[in-house]
Order: sequence, then C-alpha cells, then structure tokens
Amino acid sequence: MAEPTVAIEVPVAAGGDLLPARQVDVWRAVRLGLVGGLTAAFMSANGMVEAFSERALLGGETLGSLLLVAVPLLAGYLAGRPPPVLQGFATPRPGWRNVAGGLLAGLLSGVVMAVFVSLIATFDVRRVLLNVTPELVREAPRLLTFGLEPGAGLVLVLALNAVLGAVAGTLHLLRERWRRAVLAAALWILAFAMLQPVIVQVLRGIQAELRIWTAPLTDFLYEPGGALSVPGAVAVGAVAFGIHALLTREGRRPVRARLEPLPDRSRRLLRLAVLAGLLFVLGLLPQVLGPFLSEVLNIAGIFLLMALGLNIVVGFAGLLDLGYVAFFAVGAYVTALLTSPQSSLGVGWIFWAAVPFVVLAAAVSGLVVGTPVLRMRGDYLAIVTLGFGEIARLLFLSDWLKPTFGGAQGIIRVRDITLGPIEIEGPQAFFYVIFFFVLLATYVTYALQDSRIGRAWMAMREDEAVAEAMGVNIVTAKLSAFIAGAMLAGFGGALFATKIGSVFPHSFNVIVSITVLVVIIVGGMASVPGVVLASFVLVGLPELLREFEEYRFLIYGALLIFMMQRRPEGFIPSRRRAQELHEEEVTQDAWPRTQATVRQEAGPAGDGRSETS
Amino acid sequence: MALFEIRGLTRDFGGVRAIDGLDLDVDDGEIVSVIGPNGAGKTTLFNLVTGMVPAEQGEILFEGRSVVGLRPSQILELGIARTFQSVRLFPEMSVRENVMVARHCRTRSGMLKAIFRTPSFRREEEETRQRAEQALAFFGSRLVGWRFDTPARSLSYANRRRLELARAMASDPKLLLLDEPTAGMNPRETQELTELIRRLRDETGVTIVLIEHDMRVVKGVSERVVVLDYGQKIAEGPYADVASNDRVIEAYLGRAATSA
Repeated sequence: MAEPTVAIEVPVAAGGDLLPARQVDVWRAVRLGLVGGLTAAFMSANGMVEAFSERALLGGETLGSLLLVAVPLLAGYLAGRPPPVLQGFATPRPGWRNVAGGLLAGLLSGVVMAVFVSLIATFDVRRVLLNVTPELVREAPRLLTFGLEPGAGLVLVLALNAVLGAVAGTLHLLRERWRRAVLAAALWILAFAMLQPVIVQVLRGIQAELRIWTAPLTDFLYEPGGALSVPGAVAVGAVAFGIHALLTREGRRPVRARLEPLPDRSRRLLRLAVLAGLLFVLGLLPQVLGPFLSEVLNIAGIFLLMALGLNIVVGFAGLLDLGYVAFFAVGAYVTALLTSPQSSLGVGWIFWAAVPFVVLAAAVSGLVVGTPVLRMRGDYLAIVTLGFGEIARLLFLSDWLKPTFGGAQGIIRVRDITLGPIEIEGPQAFFYVIFFFVLLATYVTYALQDSRIGRAWMAMREDEAVAEAMGVNIVTAKLSAFIAGAMLAGFGGALFATKIGSVFPHSFNVIVSITVLVVIIVGGMASVPGVVLASFVLVGLPELLREFEEYRFLIYGALLIFMMQRRPEGFIPSRRRAQELHEEEVTQDAWPRTQATVRQEAGPAGDGRSETS
Repeated sequence: MALFEIRGLTRDFGGVRAIDGLDLDVDDGEIVSVIGPNGAGKTTLFNLVTGMVPAEQGEILFEGRSVVGLRPSQILELGIARTFQSVRLFPEMSVRENVMVARHCRTRSGMLKAIFRTPSFRREEEETRQRAEQALAFFGSRLVGWRFDTPARSLSYANRRRLELARAMASDPKLLLLDEPTAGMNPRETQELTELIRRLRDETGVTIVLIEHDMRVVKGVSERVVVLDYGQKIAEGPYADVASNDRVIEAYLGRAATSA
C-alpha cells in the first residue's frame, strides 16, 4: 500500500532549527528544597517523626527516620527532573545539571532542617509551638539528627540531605526504562516494609491453608522485631527490578494484543481459566488473610458499597450530596429494628426478611431528601444535604424518638446473617456476604451507567437546562439518582449493623459522608475501578497502619490537595475526564500522537480534512 | 388549521418587554425564517415556545393544543425540538450518547429493566442506538464511524452545530426550531447546511422555524420570513417583499435622516 501523502507541514524541522533545550530550573530546585525542608520540620514538630520512630521498618531504621530521609530524596528527584519538552525545543541531554538540581534541593531541605534542629536545641520553642513533641525537646533533637549531638548532627543532616538529593537527581541520568525499574524496586521495598503484618499473615495463611511451607521465607524477609531484613530488602528490590525490566523489554507486545490472534475457542477457555483462578483465590482469601485482615477488608467493603452508591449521585448525576450518611443510618437502623429481639419492635426476624424493608426505607428516605432539593444545584444542594445528614443523626439520637431508636444507647443484639441453617459469624464468613453485595452493586452501577436512565443522569450533570429541553424529565432523573444511591447506602448500613451487632447514633456522623466523598474524588469520579481502589487505600490501609491513625485526617487533607493540584481526575479516572482535565498540557509526546491520528483520519476516508475547525 | 399558532404572546424581563403581543402562524411543512435586529426577541420567542422560559400572557397552540405551562421535556415529547444559539451539547458524553439522550422521551425503560437487562430493554436500547446513528448519518461521513465514540467536546465547531441538529432531529420532532444554525460557519459550510435544511424538510416533512442573521441563508431556504423588532412582528411574507419593506429597512438601518 502506498504511503498516504498528507499536506501537513511539520512546523519545525527536526534538526538545527530547534530552540535550545530547556534545562533544569534552579529556582524550581530552590523552591522544592525549601518546601521539602519545611515539610520535614512540620512533620517533626507535629510529632509524626516521634510517633513513627516506634515502628521498625528496614534493618535498624525506623519509619520515623524514613520520613526524614524521604524528604530530600523526593525533593531531589523532582528538582532533578528535566522540564517537559515543548514542541520546537530540543530534548535536553541528561547531565550534571540533573544531579546538581537534586543536590541543591536536598541541601536546602537540609539547611531548613538544620535551622529547625538548632532552634529546638537553643531555645525553649515549646512555649511557642505547643505541639512540638516532648521527646524532641527533652532529648535535644537527637531524633532528628539520627542520634548524634547537635553539633555533629547538623553536619550529618546537611551532608546526608545533600547526598540523598544528588542521588535522587542522578536517577534522571538513567534511561527511562531503567529509571522506572529502579523506582519500582524502591516502591516494592517500601511496600514490603510497610505492609509487614499483612505479608507475614498472608504467608502464614498460605502455609496453613495450602500446606506450602512458607515459614523460611518469612524468616528470611523479616527480622524478629518486624523490620524488613537487609537481605530481604535486597531480594525484594532485585525481584521487582527484574520483573519490571522484563515487562518493559523492547518488542514486548501487551497481553491483550497477543491474545487477539488466538482462536475464539482458546480465548473462551482462557477466560474461563482466569475466572476459575479468581474464584479460587477469592474463596480462599478470608482463610489466608485471617480474621483481622478479613475484618479490614469488610470495613473497606462496606465503604465501597457506599462509595458506589454516592458515585451514582455525585459521579453520574452530578448532585453533590454531603449528607449521604443519612441513608447509611436508615439502612442500619431498619435492620436493627427488625432483626434485634431487643429493639422496640422486638420481632427478631432473620436478616433476609429485613432486606426488602431496608430497600423500601432507603428508597423512601431518598425521596424525602430528594424532593425538597429538586430545584437546587451545586453549592446550595451540598449545604442542604449536609443539613439532612445531621438531622438524620440527631433524630436517631433524640429523646423524642428514644422509645423507637433507643437514643444514645442505640439498639443492641442485632442478629447475625443466616444462610439456611448456617449462621454467618466472624469476619471471615462475613467477607463472602460483603463480597456478594459489592459485586451486585458493581453490576448495578455498570448496568445503570449504560442505559437510558444513566444517559439522562449524565446529560443532567453536563447541562441541566439542555437535558430538560432534550426531553429528560429532571424530576424523575434526580429522584431516581437519589433513590438508587440511597439503596446502595442502605445495603451498606444493613451489613454494618449486622457486622457490628449493634447500632449507635454516633457511628453516623458527618465524617462518614466526607470519607465516602473523598474516596470517590480520589479514586476518580464516575470510575468504578477508581472507587474500588480508593476505598481499599483510604479506608483499608489506615486500619492496617495503625501508626497513622492519629494523622489520618492530616494525610487525607494533604492527599486531597495533592490530587486536586496534580490529578484532579482521580487515581483511575473515567477515560473522558482525564482527557478534559489535561487538555492544555501539550508536550512533545503529544505532538507525534496527534500526527499519527491525523494520518489515520486522512488515510482511507480522505474527507476528514475537508472541514476546518 | 396551522400546525403551530401563537396568539398575543407577551413576556417582560424586568422593565423590558422582550415579546410584545406577538401573533404567529406556522403551517405544516413550512420553512419560516425569523429575522430581526439584535435584541428583537427572537431567542426569547424560542425559549417561550419550548417552555424554558414561562410565558406570561398569550397562547401557544401546537396541533391545536396549548403548550403554555408544560415542562420543556413534555413539550419536546409533543414534538417541538430546538437547537441553541451558543451550541449547548453534553460535552463529556460521546457523540452517539448525545443523540441517544434525545430519544429519552420516546423510550420507556426504567431502572429495573436496565438492571435486569430484559429483552424489551435490549431491544429498545438497540433501537435507540440505531436511531441515533441514523440521525448522525444524515450529515454524511462527518459524524459517523470512529467519531461515534469521541466526546462531543473534541469536535470542531461546525461539527458541534451538526451534532446539535442531529440531536434535535433524533427526537422525531414535528416542529424544529433552529437558533442561528450557521453562526460561525464558513461560507462553504453555510451553503452546505442551507441545502441540508431544505433536504431535511423534504425527506422527513418536519416543519422548520429558524432564526438567522445570514441573509443568503434566509433567502436561500425560507418560504416565508417573519421580521421581529422590539418583540413585535413588523413584517411577514416572502423574502423579496420583506427585504424591500420600509419598516424592515428602518429597523435594521435606522430611520432615514430626512424624516426626522
């Protein structure tokens, strides 16, 4: 086939006409260094370093010192990164500038830290900065100087930060593929060190369930104190590096592309095999994970149910609901009322008999909240729903309804779920129930997204007036979004009530609504995989990493700011949003891509070019 | 009886009378242009007819039935569809989905059917898709094929206008209101769209009322021209008559200096 000729002039010929490459920016490095230093000082002052020093992480080092070391590494890496290549500029050749940028940023972060350390050592800053932790002040700031006296310690801090910054900057001298492999190795080591309890439990679980002898591996990886051993870290890093290098080797085709040419029959077989493998893993999962980790998964699963529901209301229909916890509470209380023999109704039904009433009550409460806010949009809607959420909690707490809902004492002895004669007890069995409901909710979300009502929701989100003019009944669409969201939250509440075995009004405060909202924002609006990932990371991880408990909302806040600045579309965005939000970032990478599509367009069809935009 | 009648329609915005006792008849299968200087009340007329702005006085009859007080979605269901002066699509939805939304009032499946994927749901969904693709295919190869799945916001300006027109057509209207359909198009595209509007009427029998500033389009496409000024109808008739009407010239160019 002849190469289709297209009359498109490439504006800049590849050659001498290119403008000189943009180099690593000194001021950027200075900024990054100062910000990094201030962050490190802040983390020391608010007690994070001290609190995390309890946790052994890698060899003899603790999580606290990792925080301090991470700052120059990160600042150095970012400062040494070459700026994005703009169209018409030459690609910069990596060189000493990258290292110098990293060094500068690392050194500056060290300077800020040194100033902070000498400040603590000289003055009694505790009068001014009340939150500076006692440990820092009493011991002189040994904690921040890795155990040395302030004099030698300061030199060490400066030198160490500078060196780490330079090392991080040096990474940019590697070719992209190797750099990524190094980063992958570092991330793996970090994950193995941080998730030590999980990995030890999984290895133990595998040994117990599958009779695969994993104890030696555990002993090799971890020291008795729970820290990742040095040989273990090296091994993990090497494996990660190897896997990454293998997966990205040149000429490797993606799995999907390699599956394409297979005949239908083998593809169907393969799909079945994957499905069977998944089911097998899932079936064993709670046994392998043990009761504690299963419990963590269950909590994350309940939040996931709510997040999927809120995703319909906020992500699809664009109705910002800050009082979403109300529906969760309704589900929980209805379940408790109907299944607890000690509730005011005292009927003590089985769980499944209560389910239809949960659905009904959630739908009705969706209607109750939805009807008065039909004419509201945006901020007003958010405030009103926030009010509704609080009203719901206060009603359940009130003396007025105490005969029904038990006031602050709540309702206790909620019955466990039964499956025929089997009573589902304990987190491991409960996992299957949650999993079933999550699967159901995921299916419902996908089914609704790709349907008449789903399109009506999205049209309403994009432009309410036009949606109405194009025949979408706004009243029905809004109410149905509220009802669908309320039902999923109601299921979440029902499971929550049976899991805990009791319901109290204080479980349903506004923080729950906020957490669910954060999950869908961080995960990616209207993106189901994003929501799933985010609920495990934001709800499950904090349960595992108990050290972070105190700083949970600080980290949430920092994460939210970062996400809004850098990735407003979420971890795993729905495809379209990502395009929209990063449209203006035209890098040279994007240029050849657009050229490729232009060629495709102009190829066989030919008339794609005839219009001007 | 006319397909569409307006009697004594009036609408104030604050102290400004945007539409002032307007009477207008449109017959079945006609192409009528509404022209007039800026601020003459043309777009307000469309907003009133489609229910996006409530009418204060007067009657709007469509097929002998009053549409005053109905919601915009109900009016669309009766068979009055419109496009907007500033193109208003659903930017994040795909081209195909944009058009499928317009089928909302012609389809019935609710949430339960969507969840259980009943045969009737599947059939309706397939029909909606086909109908949408058919509406898009009206514009030749511009909006079909791989463009079906691109988000509406990635389209060129002219294609956005075409998509908006396709969306309005997909709702099976009997009366189509086009608000400056050629605004921002180059002469060739304008010419093409003019032909298309005529073809649209000939093939589907839809009645078309369009607001237009480009007099070549008005001349080329309309069978009757209505001129508005200060919310009142100042002239009506074939293009040639209206173009030579003194009041129309006055409205556009101002009063002649001698008569002052």
